[in-house]
Amino acid sequence: MESKVVLSMKDISKTFPGVKALSHVDFMLREGEVHALMGENGAGKSTLIKVLTGVYEFDSGEVTMSGKSIVNHSPQDAQENGISTVYQEVNLCPNLTVAENLFIGREPRRFGMIDWKTMNKKAAELLKSLNIEVEPTGMLEECSIAIQQMIAIARAVDMECKVLILDEPTSSLDDEEVKKLFGLMRRLKDKGVGIIFVTHFLEQVYEICDRITVLRNGELVGEYETESLPRVMLVAKMMGKDFDDLADIKSERTGGIDAKETLIEAKGLGHQGTIRPFDIAIHKGEVVGLAGLLGSGRSELVRTIYGADKPDCGTLKVKGQEVKIGTPLEAMKLGMAYLPEDRKKEGIIADLSVRENIIIALQAKRGMLKPMSRKEMEEAADKYIDMLQIKTASRETPIKSLSGGNQQKVIIGRWLLTNPDFLILDEPTRGIDIGTKTEIQKLVLKLADEGKSIVFISSEVEEMLRTCSTLHILRDGKKVGEITGDELKQEKIMETIAGGEESHG
Amino acid sequence: MAKTGFDIRKITGNRLFMPLVCLAAVLIVGGIFVPDFFAVSINNNVLYGYPVDIVNRASEVVILAIGMTLVTAASGGQDISVGAVMAVAAAVCCQILSGGETSVNEFANPLALAIIAALIAATLCGAFNGFLVAKLNIQPMVATLILFTAGRGIAQLVTKGQITYIRVESYKVMGGFIGKCPVPTPVFFAIAAVALAFLVLKKTALGLYIESVGINGAASRLIGLNSTMIKFLTYVICGLLAGVAGIVASSRIYSADANNIGLNLEMDAILAVALGGNALGGGKFSLMGSVIGAYTIQALTTTLYAFRVSSDRLPVYKAIVVIVIVIIQSPAFHRFMAEQKAKRAAKNQVAEGGN
Ligand SMILES: Nc1ncnc2c1ncn2[C@@H]1O[C@H](COP(=O)(O)OP(=O)(O)OP(=O)(O)O)[C@@H](O)[C@H]1O
Ligand SMILES: [Mg+2]
Repeated sequence: MESKVVLSMKDISKTFPGVKALSHVDFMLREGEVHALMGENGAGKSTLIKVLTGVYEFDSGEVTMSGKSIVNHSPQDAQENGISTVYQEVNLCPNLTVAENLFIGREPRRFGMIDWKTMNKKAAELLKSLNIEVEPTGMLEECSIAIQQMIAIARAVDMECKVLILDEPTSSLDDEEVKKLFGLMRRLKDKGVGIIFVTHFLEQVYEICDRITVLRNGELVGEYETESLPRVMLVAKMMGKDFDDLADIKSERTGGIDAKETLIEAKGLGHQGTIRPFDIAIHKGEVVGLAGLLGSGRSELVRTIYGADKPDCGTLKVKGQEVKIGTPLEAMKLGMAYLPEDRKKEGIIADLSVRENIIIALQAKRGMLKPMSRKEMEEAADKYIDMLQIKTASRETPIKSLSGGNQQKVIIGRWLLTNPDFLILDEPTRGIDIGTKTEIQKLVLKLADEGKSIVFISSEVEEMLRTCSTLHILRDGKKVGEITGDELKQEKIMETIAGGEESHG
Repeated sequence: MAKTGFDIRKITGNRLFMPLVCLAAVLIVGGIFVPDFFAVSINNNVLYGYPVDIVNRASEVVILAIGMTLVTAASGGQDISVGAVMAVAAAVCCQILSGGETSVNEFANPLALAIIAALIAATLCGAFNGFLVAKLNIQPMVATLILFTAGRGIAQLVTKGQITYIRVESYKVMGGFIGKCPVPTPVFFAIAAVALAFLVLKKTALGLYIESVGINGAASRLIGLNSTMIKFLTYVICGLLAGVAGIVASSRIYSADANNIGLNLEMDAILAVALGGNALGGGKFSLMGSVIGAYTIQALTTTLYAFRVSSDRLPVYKAIVVIVIVIIQSPAFHRFMAEQKAKRAAKNQVAEGGN
C-alpha cells in the first residue's frame, strides 16, 4: 500500500552567517502525494527547498532520488534530475514577454534559431489550458503579481518532472485561481508526480495535502498524515505552543467608529485604463476592506488615492480639505502610508539592511537635510524587530537574506514608523505565518481604535471579515457595491463579487 | 569554531579589504622593481619622489571618482563625459582670464569670476547629462556619449580653436604649490573634495537616498523618494566635480588645451569606482573604496612609467592589470574559487573513503 519514495533528504544542515537555518532535517516524498511543508516565518522551509534544488549548497546531509544519491549544484541540475520548482519570490524576467518567460532555456528551435511562432502558439495553448488570461506576447512586467505567480507555475508544470515544488504559490491568488491550481495538482498527482507544497493557509493544506512535515527554527518537528493531525494540533506543532488562530478577534473591539469625521473622501476619482471613476468615504477609526477578483481594481483604486498612479479625474478630500496629490511624498505628508502588494518589486530595497529598510520612509518624509541619527535609527529598528518579531540575524542584515514573511514584517514596520493617520494595506499578511497573521489583524484593529483609518485589501475574505466594518466590492475596474453591518457575510460578498445582484452604494 | 577572539574573516570580509590589497599589490611590485620607489626627498623646498608623484597626479582622478561613484550608485551607469567636461571648464576659465588673447601675462578678468564661470559651465554640462538620464530615461552611457564627443568641440569653440596660455604665477598655484608649502596644491583639492563629500553624506540623507534609488527605483518612489531628482542631482554633482578637476588640470599646464585636458580620465575614474569594490550596476557604494581605487590607478600608471613604458603603450599594460584586478574582485571568481575548494575537499574525502 505504501507508495514508492521518490525523494528523500536525510540529516540536512545549512548554516548562514549568524543563523543555523536547518539542522539535521529529514524529509521524505512519495510518488503521487502532495506533501505540505509547514512552519513559521523563518522556520527554514524555503531554505530546505533551495538546498535541495541547488540554489545553496548544504553543509551536510544526503539527498536520494529513486534510490540514487544526488547533489544538485544548480537549479538546472535539479531540473535535469526531474525536480521542477516555483520559488517563493517569483524569479521571472520582467522585460521579456510572457511566452519567452515560459520557454526560457528550452525555446522551440528551427534551424538553430528560436522559432517565435511556435513558441507563441505553444505558450497560448499552455496558458489556455490553465485558464490564465494573458497575451503570450505581453510583457511580463505589465502582469499583476498573481498572474506572474500563475505564469511561474505554468512554466514549472509544463516541464517533465517527477517532483514539483511549490513555495507559497498561492500567496497572492484568490479562491478561483487556487481552485485552478489544485485541479492541476490533482492531475499531476494522478500521474505519479510527488508535490511539495509550502503554504501558510491551513484550509489549503487540509484540502489537498496527504502528509505534512513541520519545521520549527530549522529543526524537524515531525511528519504526519493529514487526517490524523487536527488543525489545532498542527498549529501547536508549528508554534511550539497552543494557539487558537480562529479565535474571534473583532469582538474585542472597544472603540467606535467616528462616523462624523470623514478622513478621506473621493468623488469620481479615476485613472485611465486602470480604475473607473469611483466614490469612497473613509471615516476616522474605520477599517475598510476592498474585495474583488484578481484584476478587479483593488490595488489600482488605492494607488490613485495615494498618488502612486496620478488620478486624471475627480476630487479627493483629506480631512475635509480638497487636495491634489501628485506624488507619494505629498500623500505621506498628508498622513498616508501605502504598503504595496508586490513586495519584491515595490517593497523591499534588497541590498539595504533591515534597519535602513525600516527607517527609509520616515527619513524620506523628513527630507534629505534632516538625517536621522544612528541612535534614532537603531531604536526605531529594534522597536519594530521586537514588536513584529522579525526573525533576523541582526538589524544590519540585508533584508534580502530574510525569509519572505520576515521581509513583509519589515515593510509593515517601515510604515508604522511613519505614524500615519491613514494606512493602506495591500495584502499585508501575504506570506505571513498564522500566528503573526492574527497579531497583525489585532494590530490593525488596535490602530483603528487609536483613531487611525485603514484600508485593508486581501484575497482572503475571512481575513477581511475579521477586521473590516465595511467592504467595498470591485469588479472589472469598477466599484460595484458596498456591504456593511449585518450584511457582512461570506455568501453575500461572494455573490456581489461574482456579479449576481448589484448592491446599493 | 574559531575560539580565538581574532577572526580573520572580519578583516577579509570588510568592503575595503580587496581595494586595499590591490593598492598594496601595485605598490609592492613597484617597490621591488623600481629603485628608490618609496623614497621621498625635499629639493628646493618641494617634496620629490614616486609616492609624492602618485598622490599628486591622482588628485584629478580622485575628484572625478567621487562624482562617478554617486552617478554609478544612483543610475546604475557611468558618466563618460567627465574628461570632456574638464576640458570645457578649463576652456571657459582660461578664456575669461585671457580676455580672448592666445597668451597673456596678466589676468584680463578676476580669477574668482573665471573659476565660478567655469564651474557653472561644468555644472550645466552635468545638468544636461542628468536631464537626459533622469528625466528622459536614456541609458547613461548613451546620454553622456553626447558630451563625450561634443564636449571637446565646445571647448575648442570657446577658445576659438587655440590653446590659451595664462602665464600668471597666481594661476599656476592650483596645479603647483602654495607659497613655500612643499606639498603640491592638487593634493589639497583632492582632500578637500573627499572631505566635503564625506561631510555631505554624513550630514544629509543623500547617501541613503542614492543607494535606495539605485537598488529599487519603483519601491523608492512609493516611499516618497523623488528618484528623478536624486539621479539628476548626482549628475549635477559629477559635473561640478569634473569642473574642479578641469581647473586643477588646466592650472598644471597654465593653459586650456581642449584636446588633452582630462583625456581618458573618464576611464580612470570608472576604473577607480570598480576597483573600489563598487558594483557598476548601481546600489550600495563605498566612497572610500573609490578613493583608494583612484590612488591605485595612479600608482599603476606611475609604476608603468617608471618601467619606461611609453605613453602610447601604457593603456595596454594598464588594461591587462585592471582586468586581472577586476576579475579577482568579481563575485563569479569568488564562487569559482569556493567551488574549487569544495571539489578538492570532496575529492579528499573520496580518497580517504577509498583507503
Ligand atoms: N541568503 C541568506 N543569507 C542569510 N540568512 C538567510 C538566507 N536565506 C535565509 N536565511 C535565514 O534562514 C532562516 C530560514 O529562512 P527561510 O527563508 O528558509 O524561512 P521560511 O521558512 O521559508 O520562512 P517564510 O515562511 O517567511 O518564507 C531565516 O532565519 C533567514 O533569515
Ligand atoms: Mg519561505
